[in-house]
Amino acid sequence: MFAIVSEPIDAVHVAAAVSRPDAGAIVTFLGTTRDHNDGRRVTRLEYEAYPEMAEAEMRRIGAEACARWPVAAVAIVHRVGVVPVGEASVVIAVAAAHRGPAFEACRFAIDRLKEVVPIWKKEHFEGGEVWIGSQTGQVFPAGRSAPETGGR
Amino acid sequence: MVRVRVLFFALLREKAKCSEVEWTLPSAATVGDLWEAVQAAHPPLAPLAGVVSFAVNREYSDRGRVLHDGDEVALIPPVSGG
Repeated sequence: MFAIVSEPIDAVHVAAAVSRPDAGAIVTFLGTTRDHNDGRRVTRLEYEAYPEMAEAEMRRIGAEACARWPVAAVAIVHRVGVVPVGEASVVIAVAAAHRGPAFEACRFAIDRLKEVVPIWKKEHFEGGEVWIGSQTGQVFPAGRSAPETGGR
Repeated sequence: MVRVRVLFFALLREKAKCSEVEWTLPSAATVGDLWEAVQAAHPPLAPLAGVVSFAVNREYSDRGRVLHDGDEVALIPPVSGG
């Protein structure tokens, strides 16, 4: 399951998508909208995607994870549109026989997503709004580490 | 001549005030040629020249790639998903 959606994400549903009899561990990651960033009071985040390419890149991340670690399945779902404080913008689930590779592959998947998947967040805060990342000069593929900003 | 579809996202979309446009270029034009032409038509994009990435037909691409009729070219500002 690799999808861009405009509704709230059901994390249980994403985890169920990777569940299988030979997997003894399912690790899930939820990135949620935080109410503060860089000294600002964040009121909401608004996400935009290039959906067809974003889904292809997320599928590629899943394949990379399966090639690098002994994991059985990966699912990544990212939400677009307004994501209120406390709600998830992204849910990743990784199933593996054992927990170690599942944790590592899940961490890889969210880190890689932030680097390469064509999705953008606009932070709405008290007194203004800003597209995160576009002011930093970060550029793919030189910018290997995404700035520590916005909803994690 | 080649005719391509150009997609604008996020900050680029807002600065260009459009999300999609058809563009006609000379034969053998590259992604870089297209980007120069787009900037000339949309001067507010120029300050972003150093941070923009490109995708052709939904794959990251460099500026030297030669465009073909019907290609879909996306102008990609720094990504910030997650």
